[in-house]
Amino acid sequence: MSLDVSTPQQNPSSTADAAALANVRARVRRHRVTIYGLRALLLVAVLAFWEASVNLWFDPFFYSKPSLIWHKLVVWFSDGTAQGPIWQQIRYTLQEAVLGFILGAIVGILLGILLGRARLLAEVLQPYIQAANAVPRIVLSALFIIWFGLGMSSKVATAFVLVFFPVFFNAFQGAREVDRNLVNNARILGASRSQVLRSIVVPSATSWILASLHTAFGFALIGAIVGEYAGATHGVGLLISTAQASFDSAGIYAGMVISTVLALGAELILGLLERRLLKWRPPAHNNAVPV
Amino acid sequence: MSLVELSHATKRFLNSKGGTHTAVSDITLDVEAGEFVAVVGPTGCGKSTTLSLVSGLEPPSEGTVRVSGRPVTGIPEGVGYMFQADAMLPWRTVLANVAAGPVWRGVPAEQARAQAHDWIERVGLGGFEGYYMHQLSGGMRKRVALAQTLVTEPSILLMDEPFSALDVQTRALMQTELLDLWSGSRAAVIFVTHDLEEAIVLADRVVVMTASPARIKDVFPVHLPRPRNVEELRMDPDFVRTYSQIWSSLSSEVAIARKTGVGNVA
Repeated sequence: MSLDVSTPQQNPSSTADAAALANVRARVRRHRVTIYGLRALLLVAVLAFWEASVNLWFDPFFYSKPSLIWHKLVVWFSDGTAQGPIWQQIRYTLQEAVLGFILGAIVGILLGILLGRARLLAEVLQPYIQAANAVPRIVLSALFIIWFGLGMSSKVATAFVLVFFPVFFNAFQGAREVDRNLVNNARILGASRSQVLRSIVVPSATSWILASLHTAFGFALIGAIVGEYAGATHGVGLLISTAQASFDSAGIYAGMVISTVLALGAELILGLLERRLLKWRPPAHNNAVPV
Repeated sequence: MSLVELSHATKRFLNSKGGTHTAVSDITLDVEAGEFVAVVGPTGCGKSTTLSLVSGLEPPSEGTVRVSGRPVTGIPEGVGYMFQADAMLPWRTVLANVAAGPVWRGVPAEQARAQAHDWIERVGLGGFEGYYMHQLSGGMRKRVALAQTLVTEPSILLMDEPFSALDVQTRALMQTELLDLWSGSRAAVIFVTHDLEEAIVLADRVVVMTASPARIKDVFPVHLPRPRNVEELRMDPDFVRTYSQIWSSLSSEVAIARKTGVGNVA
């Protein structure tokens, strides 16, 4: 038997190989430059079209345009907003989103795995869970303001209910779809029920859970911002609702830009975490480049 | 008293149409300590079910299964089971996979790692301790599975077509290594395969199963001297004689299985 190992390293044995390899590397680099270049071009084109069309045909008061939005952002970041310094608003929103996200993820993972392993309980609760999931949860933010007031806790609660369900369903599915073979093998090797849970069920469900966390942080931000929009003393959502009240469409866009940047930043961090936790996984797709 | 005693064991499963499907029927078989028994039968006839009865993963619907004289309820002590499909944990390295059994059984981590190291060397994977499963070839994964099972020093080793997915050369190599490792132990082996050559090369006794539902049709002793050379044995006249004798029993079952079609016997 050959002890072959599919590691991607190659040993260029001759200069011809080395030259071919350099050639391929250059091609890959060129390809990447092209992609980034086209992306930038697309963005510039869309923004330019927007700017031009508003200048020519539409009323910038209603539709706004990139230059006005940029100006608004500059004012917010240099002079602050009517509600106080912009960083303070961002900090509030992030704090609410992160708290809601962490609580929702923890409760969702725990309940999901528990129910995924307890068949009877899962069967009994199934219709109620489905119903709870069908409720338009974003509306709950109105109720939470009555319950918890205008402060941070009502936004954390909104973020929590938005995060909980996707994480819960994925953890539940992940815990149910554990390979029977792995469990049987572990039982034969002497694993107890709790060892099976810890060593097999939880790691198996991890890739499912991580997949849900990506979208869940976006939901947490939505929860925080919608909560603020419904009534708050601080936050990006408040900026948006204030902008709306004063017919400041550029302000609404500026708030959207800020929340988009926040979501992308969180996505980046979660991506790094995922790569760290799932380093055992084979590469998802074949990136081999023909030489 | 034999190490493994199956007495009139029958296993039925509910099928998707609400009826029952009999996987194995009326199995009576004794396996002694240190004996190597191969179970052959047409593909999909229910051979594997016999192993799950002995392992305690499935209780019999009728009849009794005893290991070391005690009726099987739960997983009996001293049983090792090598599954047909890979059952190692993909998120663990080779070392952590092999050490899993001892750790789960309460051996201190340091000692478990030392045992795992030892077995990884013995199956010829020294140097690959830190690799993950997806980085290994099919044959190497089988070696990990073998080490993972043998590190718990089972007195009964159940093997479910462990080498069926390997290419011919790798399979012969793994058979040789299995015989080497086994000869150093006093373990009883029940080895399920659909490959009659493999069965004869490895076993002291070959049990022929009928097409589904699987019953024991015949039992043939194999009088080939040990230690055996897996690759040369196939040309040996005694081997050929044994083969044709057993094949005359097995071939009609294979024909029946073919006629009923794979869809009905799974």
